[in-house]
Parts: sequence; structure tokens; C-alpha cells
Amino acid sequence: MEIKVLFTILISTIFINNYVLSQMLGLCPFLGVSKKTDSAIGMGLAVIFVMTLASFFTFIIYKYVLVPYEIVYLRTVSFILIIASLVQLVEMIIEKVSPALYQSLGIFLPLITTNCAVLGVAVLNINSGFVTADFGLIKSVIQGFGAGVGFTLALLLMSGIRERLELADIPKNLQGLPVTFLTAGLLALAFLGFSGMKI
Amino acid sequence: MATQTEKSLLTLSNAPHVRSDESISKIMWMVVAALLPASFYSVYIFGLKALMLLVTSVFAAIAAEAAYQLLMKKEVRVSDGSAVITGLLIAMNVPPGAPVWMVTIGSFFAIIFVKQLFGGLGFNVFNPALAARAFMIASWPVHMTTGWHKFNEGNVLIKDLSNFSGLPQHLFDTLTQATPLTALKEGPKSLAEFKVGADQFYNFIFSSDKIKSLFIGNVGGVIGETSAALLLIGAIYLLVKKVITWHIPATYIGTVGILAFIYYLITGVPSVQYAVLFHLVSGGLFLGAFFMATDMVTSPITYKGMMIFGAGCGILTFVIRIWGGYPEGVSYSILLMNAATPLIDRFIKPAVFGKPDKKK
Repeated sequence: MEIKVLFTILISTIFINNYVLSQMLGLCPFLGVSKKTDSAIGMGLAVIFVMTLASFFTFIIYKYVLVPYEIVYLRTVSFILIIASLVQLVEMIIEKVSPALYQSLGIFLPLITTNCAVLGVAVLNINSGFVTADFGLIKSVIQGFGAGVGFTLALLLMSGIRERLELADIPKNLQGLPVTFLTAGLLALAFLGFSGMKI
Repeated sequence: MATQTEKSLLTLSNAPHVRSDESISKIMWMVVAALLPASFYSVYIFGLKALMLLVTSVFAAIAAEAAYQLLMKKEVRVSDGSAVITGLLIAMNVPPGAPVWMVTIGSFFAIIFVKQLFGGLGFNVFNPALAARAFMIASWPVHMTTGWHKFNEGNVLIKDLSNFSGLPQHLFDTLTQATPLTALKEGPKSLAEFKVGADQFYNFIFSSDKIKSLFIGNVGGVIGETSAALLLIGAIYLLVKKVITWHIPATYIGTVGILAFIYYLITGVPSVQYAVLFHLVSGGLFLGAFFMATDMVTSPITYKGMMIFGAGCGILTFVIRIWGGYPEGVSYSILLMNAATPLIDRFIKPAVFGKPDKKK
């Protein structure tokens, strides 16, 4: 039974409530890093990592620090602090492991800190009532992981399309970002097909 | 002999080396011709309002394309027929009772926003007609989900399907009012209301009579999807003329069939073979698989890629049909796979000519 719930959470965050295409969170890196498929994969993996860990740590901090000491109003501040330190960690790892990827991600890597999708996952984990639920920690980690995978999926689809559009005969004043917004809209329209899905 | 072929390979003649009278416009007009039987049939069963929708939609698409190309000072190339196909497919994708203004706006949206702003024919990422359908469902859900044709007897299925299962009259009417797939989706809800057993319901939905009328096209649905037989005739024409290849339609329809078989075997429906056939011939599967998924611009280039594309469409279609919020998933599944097409093409590359085989 529990496995089925986890599966439902995973599918739901990847497809049905995709953080980028149906909840419109994290649009900044979605539009910023989707120019090349390679950097999109790197960014996606980084976001999966950050989201999963962020869900884990924010959940623990919330349940065992914020709630017992009745300082729940510090939620946003403390979550951002956790996310920022995680991003710092990821940044150091990527810089050591793959300098090329580090270069191509550029400013968007530290910007994961302010990626509203990451904070969104952390807050939604709390709002979904996982704190009081059984196996809440596992559920929130799965939700974080699924959100990251969904983000990566959207990013990958977008980068593939954008690489193809580079050769297209797009009207001059639509080239670059404007046509990307148009594509994002059509992509979101396609993802409507998942809406209302019941598993 | 070997040296001779080698020699002929190495001799160069003037380009073009292979001449063919194939052209964009010729292919496009062949697709239009293949769509005509189903269109004529829809006018025959749905009446003049279907004709009006078809004509309006085609003209709106042509007008949008011509206007855009004139305004952008490009070469006006409406005669290549691609706008005609888009317009025709949009009209074939709306219920017969849809308002005329809606298909007009839909055609404008398809041509301008989905096709021309991305660079025109050959550059569009999404199938224009399907994107327009998704756009119309999002914008005017009521017009897109009601307005099904009411046949004389109040039921969509005329004469050849009688209420043989002994269902309560109200339930029979509910089940036969809209499209077959809507009945499949909404049916279980009505069951509880009328206290009808699931077996009786599935006996009715998956009966041979029902499959027959679905195949001929004696059912409700969007304008172009009703007659599986006529769509098949058009598709065979395209296959024979080699406008489309078998890869996408076969994998697409095959995947839906296999998934339906597994699903209904597990759920234990009395007649599995009819359930599978029901999924194959109902809804827009044939229209989508043969005419929209095979769109050369928005589907992968390689055969292997096409088969992945078809299988992906099949899985998504079935998932949306069974678990999704919409009764029919063909349009969304093709749109989603359109979005994945650049990635498929990126990862499935054709063998480079002249490269040694790795296995040797």
C-alpha cells in the first residue's frame, strides 16, 4: 500500500503536477539553461540533487526544530538557508568534478538558491501534510526527487526544441527568448493532457 | 562484376543524381485526398453543419497563412496545401456542433502561433492542428466536449444497435449520448446510479455490434474520427503511395492494442478481444496514428526513432484514456511526443555513410 502511495507521488510530481509546466515554478533556470542539451542535463541533475536533499533537511528541521520550539514563522528563512548551503555544496562538487559543466551553467548554478521550485518543493512538502503523516520523511524526499525529475524532463524537452529552433527561420524580433516563451506555452498546453489524472 | 559496381559508384554525374517528381505540394495534396473520404462521410452523417465547419476552417487556415506571408513580405506559398491539411484536420477534430467562430480562431492559432512564428512549414515543433485542438479544449471546454451529433432516435447508435443487454432506458441513453470513449469513462459512475452490474456494462460497451458500428462510423465523435474504415482507406492510399511509412502507425496502434489486452486481461473483462478492438477503432486513434503522428515535420527522421515515437504515443494515449482526466488521449500524446522528437532525433542517429561497422 505504502509503495503505491510513493509511486503515485512520484508520477504526480513528474507528470501531472510538473513543477515547471503546470505549476509554473522555476521558470528562470527553465528559460535560462535550456539552450544546450548538455548543460540542461547537468542543471537537471544538480536540481534533482538539491531538491532531494532539501526535502530531506527542511523536513527534519521543520519537524524537529521549528515545530517543537514554536518558531514555525521562521520557515521561509530557515528553508532558504538550508537550500543555499546545499547549493554551495553542489557548486563546489561540480567545480571539482566537471569544470566544463561549471562554466556552461555559469550564473545559473548559484541561482538554484533562488530557484523558486526548490523552495516550492520544501514548502509544499509541509503544506501537503507530510509532517504529521506516516512515513512523512520518505514521502517528502520522494516528492522532492520527483519534482527534480519533472524539472529535468521539462528542461530536456525544452533544450531539444531550442537546439532545433536555432536553425529555424523565426521572425527577427521573436528570436531568442520570445519564441522560447511561445514554446513553453505550447509545451504546457501539451502537458494539460495529464491534468485530472487519477492513479 | 565487383569492379564494375565500384566503378559506377565512383563515377560522378551532374546533380541532381536521382530525379523524382515528388514535391512538398504533391505530398500535401495526396494527404488531403486521403482525408476526403472521411470528410465526405462526416458531411453525410452529421449534415451541413459539418460541411460548414470543414469549409470555414480550411478557408481560415488559408487566409491566415496568406495574410501572414503577405504581411511579413515572404513568398506566398499557400498553394502547397499544408494550410489546407491543417484547416481540414482542425475541423475534423471538433464536435459537429461546435461553433464556426471557434474553428476559425483555432485555425488562426494553428497557422500563426504554432507554425509561422516558428519559421513556417518545416520548422514547427508541434503539429499545428493538434496544438490548436489542445488550445481550443483549454479555452472553450464546453464547446469542445458537448455538441455531439444527436441521431434521430436520440441515440448516437442508430438502428443496428439495440438495447439488447436490457439496460435501463436512462442508462442506455446516457451511455450512447456522447462519444464511445466518454461512455467508457463515465460509464462506471452511472453504474452505481442505476445499480447495474459491471459485467452487463462491459457486455454492452464491448459488444460485436458496437465494434461494427464503430468501424463503419455509425457513432458520435469529433467530425473526422468516426469512421475507422474510411480513415483506413485513406491511410492505405498514403502507405501505397509511400507518403507515410508503416513504422509510426503500426507501433502506435500496436502499443495501444497490447496495453489494452494486458489491462483488460488483468481487470477480467468478459470479452477481452472486443475490448481491445474497441480501443483500436474508437476515438481518434486511426486519425491520429495515420494522419497526425506521421506528420513529417514533427516526427523523428530515423525508422528506429519513429518506432520509439509510435510506442510513446501508444503508451501515453492508453494511460490518458484509462487514468487521465480526458476521455481521449490521442491529441495530447502526439503533442507530447512532438515535444520529445528533437531529443529522439538527437539520441538515435542514423549510421554515418562510409563509417566502418563496429562489429567487424
